[in-house]
Amino acid sequence: MIVTPQYRVPEILTILSQKNLDGDNEPWRKQLDAVTGDEVERAMSQAPGCYTFEKLVALVSPAAQDYLEEMAQIAHRLTVQRFGRTIRLYGPLYLSNFCINSCRYCGFNNTTSFERTRLTVDQALREADIIASEGFSDILLVSSEDRGFVSIDYLAELAGKLRQKFSFISIEVYGMTAQEYHRLFEAGIEGVTLYQETYNRRAYQYYHPAGPKADYDNRLTTPDRMAAAGMREIGLGALLGLTDWRTETLALAEHAHYLIKRYWRSHVSFSFPRLRPAFDVDSSQFQNLLTDKDLAQMITALRLCFADAGLVLSTRERAALRDNLIKLGITKMSAGSKTNPGGYSGCIDSIRQFEVDDSRSPAQVAAMIKQQGFDPVWKDWDAIFNA
Amino acid sequence: MDNLIIAARKFTSRLLVGTGKFASCEVMAEALESSGTEIVTVALRRVNIDNKDDDMLRAIDLKKYLLLPNTSGARDAAEAVRLARLARAATGINWVKLEVTPDPYYLLPDPVETLKAAEILVKDDFVVLPYINADPVLSRRLQDVGTATVMPLGSPIGSNQGLKTRAALEIIIEQANVPVVVDAGLGLPSHAAEAMEMGADAVLVNTAIATAKNPAQMALAFKLAVEAGRMAYNSGPAAADRRASASSPLTGFLRDEQI
Repeated sequence: MIVTPQYRVPEILTILSQKNLDGDNEPWRKQLDAVTGDEVERAMSQAPGCYTFEKLVALVSPAAQDYLEEMAQIAHRLTVQRFGRTIRLYGPLYLSNFCINSCRYCGFNNTTSFERTRLTVDQALREADIIASEGFSDILLVSSEDRGFVSIDYLAELAGKLRQKFSFISIEVYGMTAQEYHRLFEAGIEGVTLYQETYNRRAYQYYHPAGPKADYDNRLTTPDRMAAAGMREIGLGALLGLTDWRTETLALAEHAHYLIKRYWRSHVSFSFPRLRPAFDVDSSQFQNLLTDKDLAQMITALRLCFADAGLVLSTRERAALRDNLIKLGITKMSAGSKTNPGGYSGCIDSIRQFEVDDSRSPAQVAAMIKQQGFDPVWKDWDAIFNA
Repeated sequence: MDNLIIAARKFTSRLLVGTGKFASCEVMAEALESSGTEIVTVALRRVNIDNKDDDMLRAIDLKKYLLLPNTSGARDAAEAVRLARLARAATGINWVKLEVTPDPYYLLPDPVETLKAAEILVKDDFVVLPYINADPVLSRRLQDVGTATVMPLGSPIGSNQGLKTRAALEIIIEQANVPVVVDAGLGLPSHAAEAMEMGADAVLVNTAIATAKNPAQMALAFKLAVEAGRMAYNSGPAAADRRASASSPLTGFLRDEQI
């Protein structure tokens, strides 16, 4: 069943443009700079875990950096209360690095020439066997926009076979129609992650010069279609480092808030992909990279506004930082990730989408989680829900 | 001490305990032990119910505890029914804590789908313990279809806010023909004691124990509070009254006049 809510609320495109969160960042930067310590304190004293736009403005402001410890304490308390002393673990499986887009920050950019790889369903299943043998029950299928090969049929067939081994299957591929999402939901795919990359229209156009992904409006409304198709988990994110992270966080939160109100049966999570060195990408072009302190502020600010949102951290981040961020609100992590198709079995030497910075094995990451007094949770779903 | 009887089965403990949110299975096992509980609920999504070597299942001593599978995560009746049947097929246990919570944020139960699922499961010979909002009419509708208990919430699950639904809980308890188990929102032993003093037959606690600094000790505190609350209820508590009842009446002299 595809649900189209009949509420009379503005669409996300309207919301962002009314708040000027898709336009020039400069006015927002000025407003954020003007936030005072008193305003941050007032924001922190508001109902913990509940969202208002004004509260988040205060919490992502430069002034709030002085309150990071207090924010972290509240974030930790809230996360333990809502999620317990647990961290969910998932393993990503890269299917293809063929791409029809040409995103300027990505190693799989179609204007870059390298020998590309795509896994057949059988090859993907062999990779998945290795991921399952490491203990994972939650798998994320990742692919660049390679619709011709990693098609809806391909994903449905793969999911049908993976369901015997994995309790939760999600995808991070390319945008689809509601009908396509619904078909995949019925095939056993229950979560979708799709980053807007940047909510700033001008930056979006610059970084996505060609291919279907160049359409900002279509990208922004894709999560509506996932939710309408019944997806249980919807992952949002901005590629951190493309533009000013504070303004991006405001837009990201408005997007989440909109989805939560409108499609109340789907659970929204946030990811925090920071730009990483990638094949044939000159990273000196990025002027807005986040410090660790910025990242910690973004994570805690979102937790203080969304008590129940999943907060996801990948192996893009280095081991020591990941260990510390567990206590700041993170609820789900990948481990032992290979970001190239065929990377687990090692039979294919293909180009990675980005370099990982935490190369510990899943068992080592689980041991670290235990050491911190948390339970590494491999299984938190069951394929039977969606039989 | 009077027993709790659910579906003709006797329990001496009136504290049910949930298994989510613990830092490890060992910590959970210790907390279960010191809580004195006899009914332990497990989310089917969290365990491999058909695998005896599952870490969490191994930590629950089935000789001591009745394992009560729950359908947490189910968005509608069909999902909940499917989960309950899977659990029974794998374990032989026909008890189920029915949870249908389509809102993933406050995890509030869907009354329409819960009633629908309860009806199907009761007909299919399940012992059904439904998690519901504190709604007296829904409680009666569920009893009408044959549920073994009703489990109204004190406040939103995991919120530790205590008995925010007190007025409705009082009506549910007054009208009940089956045990009333106050489930969700009990953040402190005093909240549990309060529910028991009101006449609830039992309470279910999870977050307040699992996320305490010392879960085993907190579990013991809840055990004692539940026992104290029940004992107080059975003792016929003196009625609370807003009016003063002076020990030296001001109008005593008028009584003398009547003599």
